[in-house]
Amino acid sequence: MERVILHSDLNNFYASVECLYKPELRDRPVAVGGDVEARHGIILAKNYHAKKYGIITGEALWQARQKCKDLIVLPPDYKKYLKFSKLARDIYADYTDRVESFGLDENWLDITGSVHLFGDGKKVADEIRERIKFELSITASVGVSFNKIFAKLGSDIKKPDATTVITRENFKEVVWNLPVNELLYVGRSTHKKLRGYGIKTIGDLANTPVKYLEYWLGKWGYMLWTFANGYDTSPVSNIAAKSFIKSIGNSTTAPRDLVSNDDVKITVYVLSESVAARLRLNGFKCNTVQIYVRDNGLESFERQGELEMPTSNSDVIAKKALDLFEKNYNWDKPIRSMGVRACNLVLTGDTQMSFLPEYIKEQKEDALERAVDDIRRRFGHYSIGRGLMLCDSRLSNLNPKDDHVIFPISYL
Amino acid sequence: MSRKVFVSVFANFDTEGRITPLSFKWEDDRIFEIDKITNVCKAASLKAGGAGIRYTCMVCGKQIYLFLEDNKWFVEGK
Ligand SMILES: [Mg+2]
Repeated sequence: MERVILHSDLNNFYASVECLYKPELRDRPVAVGGDVEARHGIILAKNYHAKKYGIITGEALWQARQKCKDLIVLPPDYKKYLKFSKLARDIYADYTDRVESFGLDENWLDITGSVHLFGDGKKVADEIRERIKFELSITASVGVSFNKIFAKLGSDIKKPDATTVITRENFKEVVWNLPVNELLYVGRSTHKKLRGYGIKTIGDLANTPVKYLEYWLGKWGYMLWTFANGYDTSPVSNIAAKSFIKSIGNSTTAPRDLVSNDDVKITVYVLSESVAARLRLNGFKCNTVQIYVRDNGLESFERQGELEMPTSNSDVIAKKALDLFEKNYNWDKPIRSMGVRACNLVLTGDTQMSFLPEYIKEQKEDALERAVDDIRRRFGHYSIGRGLMLCDSRLSNLNPKDDHVIFPISYL
Repeated sequence: MSRKVFVSVFANFDTEGRITPLSFKWEDDRIFEIDKITNVCKAASLKAGGAGIRYTCMVCGKQIYLFLEDNKWFVEGK
């Protein structure tokens, strides 16, 4: 049986949610910006009024403000976005239990099994859009197709508030003329390579002999070729809401350049405490710690290392991060920014129980950290802290920036 | 455009877990009886800015929307 797959994309998601709660801003250019106060803030999302000024996601706030001096920039409120993301998924769940998230604002739905109940793909897509608009005041664009790749392409073709149907009969007209980088997973470097071989459109890719693509791009070449030809058969998996947070990281551009291991130690502990607190808040532990270092010549690198057992303890994370740092940095230059990231997450409830002494120690430290969380929640962040933080209050007062990295899960 | 006015609500919780608002207290402490509920659905309030469960209520012969969002109730004020 031919599959019926929908890809629903909430339009200008963060900005739409903000504008619902701030009616007075709806007719003005509004953006959601990361780290609004700092010198390295960027645009995370914008509404259509801001789009008219040519403001693009990912650009620096100062650049955006040059394009539109009246731009209103709001800080992100992930709690609200998670809530609306969940509300949208509740709507999808009325049509199928096969819903796969791709970030907070995009989902695939496999409705093959329910078309006899609710009508064909377009009818369900239109109904879902109407409900999202009525219940959440957000518009969505929905692609309908026989595979996930074309469904996703379909949701990008017409925005906002539209349904695009891509069938076996029309996909060559609808899809093949699109630029090849519109295809999922054709990133910047693949795009550059493909352009080098004269492949400009998705149709060009589809009609290139697959052995060339494999030769140029390895197994990705084969995969992209199947995508372009509509041969993708990957299933819509049922992925729970929590699992879209694949890693939790904090990074900061230091108030002054870091020049010694002691400076780095303070910074790493501030970042690790924040990462660990957010792990606990979301019910996660991590198996891997990653650091990011950028020097004042703007050279940067990342390193990661495995932990012996999953943790949400700031001391364990910080020690791992410092260990990675000391092994990989020789102080050629002072450091401008640093990040600490917890990856390879598991839900706290899923970790193995054990009577090993390390495990018991970890549990005690966990209780200690939770007590600190509690004190901070009640009396403020600076009501309790490590002695280390008093060594240089300028460094320890920095405000680490939240950056949830929300990775697509399928295919990777 | 209108205001989001949070109100305290007197409600009945039945044994099935259904919530039926009976009356609410306005900002100036006046209490308004809800004579009839004509519809209940999930909805966004563009006027007040919010989204939740919307009760369409008859109050003093007029139709108003009473919203329940995250355990707080609000109406679309003037
Ligand atoms: Mg979107």
